[in-house]
Formats: sequence, structure tokens, C-alpha cells
Amino acid sequence: MMQLSQDLIQRYHDVIESLGPEALKEMLQAMHLIRAFEERAEQLYMLGKVHGTMHLSIGQEATAIGAANAMQDGDYLLNHHRGHGHCMAWGSDPNRMMAEFMGRETGYCRGRGGSMHIADVDSNNLGANGIVAGGIPIAVGVGLSIKMRRTNQVCLVIFGDGAANEGAFHEALNMASIWALPIVFLCENNQYAMSMPVEKAFNIENISQRAAAYGLPGITVDGNDPLAVYSAVSEAAARARRGEGASLVEAKTYRYKGHSKSDKQAYRSREEVRDWQDNRDPILRFANLLVLAGVITEAEAATMRDQAIATIDEAVEFSENSPEPSVADILDGVYA
Amino acid sequence: MPELRELTYAEALREGLRQLMAEDERVFLIGEDIGVYGGAFGVTAGLLDQFGAERVIDTPISEAGIAGACIGAALTGMRPVGEIQFMDFVTLSMEQLVLQAAKVRFMFGGKASVPMVLRMPGGSGTGAAAQHSESLENWFVHVPGLKVVMPSTPYDAKGLIRAAVADNNPVIFVEHKLLYKTKGHVPEAPYSVPLSQTQIVREGTHLTVVATSIMVSRALQAAEQLADEGIQLEVIDPRTLKPLDDAPIIESVKKTGRALVVHEAVEMGGFGGEVVARIAASEAFDYLEAPIRRLAGLDIPIPYNRELEYHTVPQVESIVREARKLVKGEY
Repeated sequence: MMQLSQDLIQRYHDVIESLGPEALKEMLQAMHLIRAFEERAEQLYMLGKVHGTMHLSIGQEATAIGAANAMQDGDYLLNHHRGHGHCMAWGSDPNRMMAEFMGRETGYCRGRGGSMHIADVDSNNLGANGIVAGGIPIAVGVGLSIKMRRTNQVCLVIFGDGAANEGAFHEALNMASIWALPIVFLCENNQYAMSMPVEKAFNIENISQRAAAYGLPGITVDGNDPLAVYSAVSEAAARARRGEGASLVEAKTYRYKGHSKSDKQAYRSREEVRDWQDNRDPILRFANLLVLAGVITEAEAATMRDQAIATIDEAVEFSENSPEPSVADILDGVYA
Repeated sequence: MPELRELTYAEALREGLRQLMAEDERVFLIGEDIGVYGGAFGVTAGLLDQFGAERVIDTPISEAGIAGACIGAALTGMRPVGEIQFMDFVTLSMEQLVLQAAKVRFMFGGKASVPMVLRMPGGSGTGAAAQHSESLENWFVHVPGLKVVMPSTPYDAKGLIRAAVADNNPVIFVEHKLLYKTKGHVPEAPYSVPLSQTQIVREGTHLTVVATSIMVSRALQAAEQLADEGIQLEVIDPRTLKPLDDAPIIESVKKTGRALVVHEAVEMGGFGGEVVARIAASEAFDYLEAPIRRLAGLDIPIPYNRELEYHTVPQVESIVREARKLVKGEY
């Protein structure tokens, strides 16, 4: 572990320098916040305080944080339903996210969307999608719009390995390529599409290889390393901003929890999960790196999780004190 | 009196689109073969030359992609008008339309809007057989969040496309292949035909005929024939199927005491069922002098053979027959 981190410091010397200590520290803190949010989400569900389902991204925090930090103000985000981390990394307010998760009127979607559909349109977070690959063709439209409006924005669309086997993925990547649209396609490969392992669902080693079929650059990075994701997405976003078009970035990561609340996880072993948790955990690894790089002290690292939990405590309190939506407003928001 | 200016249905649509594009930079067209080819039915002919390839976008054969492109652009400030070459092919866009376009606003607490129009020609009568002749409008009528428009004349085509583009919701705009070459009066100056405004096309006293798309003109021809027998049909065109302005229909049935709904789509699960239910549930019920009837497509795929195809959907003669039976009490 320590040796690995020393190597990383060498490899990421430039990116560590360019991000600077404050940003690096915030990234780690935000990873803790995502995990604390999701651990609490699961707990609230167990306590019977939440009505619906949820798709937890515990173990995948580095991908969300690395990618979001590579984007600029005014850029667009589209993601899919394992998306709590992406929203939080995009800067969403934990109070309003938790309120949405708990179905309250103060939530981002007034309790109409829930865990799978958190969006914050005001910050150009165009929302999480409950349909696998459903947001990928929409990204094409966002890219077209950016091009026609002649702004310098980029659209980041995050989806899973499962989405890469939908037809929508094919149509969208081809259209993005022929029109050189400013889109970063980020495939968060967490090894399983519900129960289907990537080894059985693909006959290629890396999903990023598919980029070549569309004439796009494709790269695979360690999705549990926020700096690797940050570097790859930064480069893809810069390319898009230069008018050179879209890219496909694959971040290989791992989800610790089941697909959703009903998952008995018969398709994988406890040992496999434990191996990722013990040896490749993105938060532990990044914390070690920052300590070694002298960005934070061990004492600071030790307090970050508690800080995150305190923030989530407040979010839960805010949500529990928030009103439920009124049935009198049930018809609101269907039509503009 | 000077002759009224006439355009075909396709020309009226084109003029409407041209005026919208000239006025508003946010409006653009996207679809298969809409540029140099001018669209499979010629609706967009010449628009590429006038507005350029950035605003008249030819796409690969990717119907989900076309719908998604419209949604994403609409969410971020544009006013896309997509074209699905044949309505049948919209089956390949259904996820984007039904699960995305229709729902994002509601799912996001009313904070986003999807001001897009998706044009598509439906209908049989061209010998295009089962996969190029469908009338699927009622699928969309069943989806909250979508609007569904079906112009039956050149005048309405031009006015409704303008209202549809101005609307802040996703609008499914259903044209008819056989109507593209039909002519009618179309003023040159821009005008809107408001959405959700049912029109009484012909006044009559004996039977209310609610017809959509090409069935409006067939119902009017039937009305001419029956007028010779002393039977006066009142022909009503909803023009917008969803949200439906049903008040004029109900008022009409209160006057005539009889109702027949005519559409090309198959009867089972078709739009006619909704109209019948609304009449039956309204105060018009007390005025009924005959059962409310539907005349619609047979519950079969559209056949290729000319004679079979003809007999699959309502024609002038069948409307005449059914209307006469209802008025004469021979049901």
C-alpha cells in the first residue's frame, strides 16, 4: 500500500502540483461525504424510513470525484441511477439530496424523483436516469446545443458497463463522433451489470476499445484512483473544448454493495468484495497518498470521516423536519 | 374576389418551418434525409439551402439518437424539430420519448422543460405495407407529459406546427402521407392554430362525426353525399388529441343526439374509445338517441395488396353507410 502510493506520487507529481493542496483535500473530503451519504441512505432504508429503492456507489467514489473536478462551471452533467456520488461531486447540497432521497418537498425534485432521479437543473446537472443508457442520446442533444449556441461548455455523461451494451450507446457515440460534439462519455465499469459480469457481457478486454469503432479516442483508467480519472477526463474535456470532439473514458472500479436493495449477490464471492475493500479502496488509498505527499496530516485524515458524518447528520435532520409533498399538488409539473 | 392562396399540406408545413427558422435561431431541424434529399416526402425541400447544414441536420439511421438529440437540445435552450421518416420507425425512439422526454420535467420537480417537436407521417394508402403504414398516435396519447397533434388540412398544418414549436412541452406531430399533396387555403403571413382547440369543421343536426387526420376529409365527403339524402352530419376535428378539448364534442352530441368516431388506427385501444367514453360520461349521455359508434381500422397489420389495404381502414363509403345506419336507427 505505501509502496503503491509512492509510485503514485511519482506518477501524479504534475497533477498534484496543478490541483494544489486545498483542492486535493476537498476531493478527499467529498469522497468521504459521498460514502457517508450512501451509508446513511442504506441505514435509513433498513430503519424503514425510506419508501423506495436505491443503487449505492460505495467503493466508486473516486470516479465521481475525479470526473467532476475535471469539469468547469457551466458544463453539463448527465448520469444514471447509481448517481448519488456524481451529484454530490457536482456540488449538490447534501440537505436537498437527502430530502429528495427521503421524498420531501424540499428535495431537489420536490420528492417526485427520489434516489434514481436527482437533478439540479440550476447547476446544469441534467439529472440521473433510471433507464440504463437513457441519458447517452440526450448528451448528443446537449452537445449539439452547445455547438449551435457557440459556448465553450462540455457535457459529461456518466454511465455503467451495462449501458455500453445498449443500442443507444452505439447511436450516440457515432453521432457525437461524426459531428465532433463536446462530450465526455465516461463509462464507470464497476464489473457487474446487476448480476452480469463484464467478462460474460463483453468479448473485449476494455470497453474503451469500442471508441475506435466510432473514430473516437478511448482510454481505460483505474477508476479507484481519483487522480487517474481526473487526468483522463481533464484531457478529454480539454479536447472537447478545443472543438476536437468527444472521447470515451472507461474507469474501472467496483461496487461494494448489491445492485439495489433486493440483491443477494449470488453472482460473486465475499472474498472478491473483501479484496477490493481491503486492497483497493479509493478513499483509503487517496488518503494515504495525500498523507505521503504531505498534503494532509494523519490527524487530519482521521477527522475527515467524522466531518462527513456530521454533515450527513444535519442533512437527515433537515430532511426529517421538511414537509412531505402535498397531495393537493399531485398534478404539478407534468406540463410546462 | 381574388382567388385564395393555395398550398399543399407539405408546402404549408415547409412554409411554417421556414418562417419559424427565420424568426428564431433556436429552431433547427434534425432527421434522416431531410437535407439534400428534402425529406422522404419532400417536406423540408430547400431548407438546407436556406439555413445550412447546422440547422438542417441529416442524421445516420438512428431514431433513438434523433429523439435523444432533440431532448438534450431542448433541455439546454434550443427548439428542435425532429423528423421520423415514417411513423412506424418511432418504435425505435420509444424509450427516449416515453421515458425521457415525457417524464423529465415531472421527475425533476417541474424544473426542466423539453420544448421539442417530433414530426412523423403515419397512415396507409400508399402500398407501403405493414411496416410503413402504421397509425400509432394513441400510444402517445396514453403518456402523461406528451402532447399529440394531428393536422388534417394545409391551413392547420402550418398553424399547428407554429403552435407546437412555441409550446414548452414535447409534442408528437402526426402528419399523414396521403395528405401531403392535398391543397387548401394557406395565408402567407405567419399564424398559429392553438393546441387543444377542437374545431367544428361542418355544422349539421343529425349526427356528430368526430374524425382525425385524413378521416376529416373523408367524413366531409360522406357528409356531402348524405346531404343529398337530407342527412346533415356535423364533422368535428379535435386537431390536438392530447390534451383533448372535448367541450365542443359534448356540446355537439347534445345537439345531434348521435355520435360516430372515425379514425384510421385500429379500433381496439384506439383514440375513438377515449372520445366515446368522454361522451358517455358527460351530460350528452341524456341526449343520446342511438348507441355511440366507432369506425376505425381493422385489427390487422396493413396489407400490401391495393384492395386489401383499401378495405382495412375507413373510406368515404363506409362512413356514409355507418352514418346512415345511425341516423336511420338501423343499427
